Amino acid sequence: MNNIIEIKNLTKKFEKITAVDNINLEIKEGEIFGLLGPNGAGKTTTLLMLTTLKPPTSGTATINNFDIIKQPDKVRKSIGIVFQDPSSDEILTGYENLKLHGWLYDMPDDLKEQRITEVLELVDLTNRRNDLVKKYSGGMRRRLEIARGLMHHPKVLFLDEPTLGLDPQSREYIWEYIEKLSKEKNITIILTTHYMDEADKLCDRLAIIDNGKIVVIGSPKKLKKDLGGDIIRIKAEKLNIDTLNNLNYVKNINNCDGEFCLTVDDANLNLQEILGIIGKVDSVEIRTPTLDDVFLHYTGRGIRESSPEGGWAEKAMHMRSN
Amino acid sequence: MGELKGIYALWYREVKVFTRERSRVISSIVNPLLWFFIIGGGLGASVSFGNINFQTFIYPGILIQTALFSSIFFGVYIVWDKKIDFMKEVLVAPMKRTSIFIGKIFGGSTDTLIQIIILLTIGVVFIVTGILSDINFNVFTIFITIVFLFVTTVGLVSIGLIIGSQMESPEGFQLIISFVVFPMFFLSGALFPIDNLPFWLAPFILANPVTYAVDGVRGVLIGISRFNIEYDFLIICIFSIIMILIGTYAFKKMKI
Repeated sequence: MNNIIEIKNLTKKFEKITAVDNINLEIKEGEIFGLLGPNGAGKTTTLLMLTTLKPPTSGTATINNFDIIKQPDKVRKSIGIVFQDPSSDEILTGYENLKLHGWLYDMPDDLKEQRITEVLELVDLTNRRNDLVKKYSGGMRRRLEIARGLMHHPKVLFLDEPTLGLDPQSREYIWEYIEKLSKEKNITIILTTHYMDEADKLCDRLAIIDNGKIVVIGSPKKLKKDLGGDIIRIKAEKLNIDTLNNLNYVKNINNCDGEFCLTVDDANLNLQEILGIIGKVDSVEIRTPTLDDVFLHYTGRGIRESSPEGGWAEKAMHMRSN
Repeated sequence: MGELKGIYALWYREVKVFTRERSRVISSIVNPLLWFFIIGGGLGASVSFGNINFQTFIYPGILIQTALFSSIFFGVYIVWDKKIDFMKEVLVAPMKRTSIFIGKIFGGSTDTLIQIIILLTIGVVFIVTGILSDINFNVFTIFITIVFLFVTTVGLVSIGLIIGSQMESPEGFQLIISFVVFPMFFLSGALFPIDNLPFWLAPFILANPVTYAVDGVRGVLIGISRFNIEYDFLIICIFSIIMILIGTYAFKKMKI
């Protein structure tokens, strides 16, 4: 399959920090690709550069074979984007917001009306089309914005933290729509998220980003498999780390939330010996690796330790970065 | 074609939102009426200029005041648009930033003109009922007044948008009101004649573009003016064109 996006040495520096540090990435047509990382890792900045809203300091990218620096107008016609913060006007109705979008994208009237009907159907908002957006729930508003992003049939749809701040049920809904879109319309979807479960469930491939750099790229399945074996989570006073590291089946020892996480081959077989070495433990838990463990493995810390999750702190950070 | 449709879209949004928010329309009318009745009525009890009473004298000034406040304050909405991601949605659309600016100007000017037309209607009612006298309302003078105010408003909305495009928080906008809008209002001759000014005050008033808008509209409606009306109109046109040029530039440089 063709590469719909090719990112070459993309870099964005602000006064003191390098928000995006020399990123190279190729994304194939039809993929759901995730940019996973803690807040402030550079995901949104990458997205804003790809969507031509912020100029890169150096490097470039092509989307649908158009260069984001040299051909921004053509790039804009090829993409749809759903922003992190609400971007619909709440004093307009859902229908009016979509109509506005149709005009901004210079769609002929009959096509515009047909697409509005089509996308509202897709996100189950047909019966709310004439309600003011301020009467929508957070999840409905996000669905409306997704619908809007699709109206002009973009080749690539960008979703910036699509389920941030939504309740579990709305998140499930949004996930369903994203999967449906990808299957039915063959749209390439790039999403940023700091939710591991979201990345795991949706993405065909993902890139873990930390401090502006891509740490690792792969499918969720492969990334987890590459860690090898199982995770043993142990709560104990102290651990004899050197001795444990000498065991050839122990691959990695990390600190997770004050407990110890050991990545080992075949935990069922080797648990006895490990516990023998550690001595007294308060609790033990064995599980197969998750993306949390992948993140921990490559960055040395948990994604949640890196920053507060969601809520006002995130908003504050986001605003300051604007 | 595409750009025109985009401009229309932005205009449509501003006007739709404005007319839907009744409180915005009502408060924009109440404030001028307070000026008219309290300042106009109170001062008018003992002040008059020639044979024109004070209330009649300041009526054109109040029209301009409304245009001034509402136009410049319109810039605050762009700060809100930036605060949520609505601004990004517009900026990521395949249209030129100049067109976005023009759409915003038309939107803001229409909002202001709606208020002006309401105030003109109220003025006509006042004349008919005898609350006001000596104002020369007819189709021609009303038309000229609206043209004058439209051109002025375009320049003033541009000022608001220029400031708004450079600001990050709506709170800061209050400061602008104090440092830009009030001086422009008080130094415009909206409340007093500008014939015999103290020498230190005259330059400020003559440098203020709003002065010429007040002078022109007062000339048209009441027949008293310092300059001739064509001259007033020329100054206003130049002012608005300069503001549009600066605004276009400011929008091109706007960061999100």
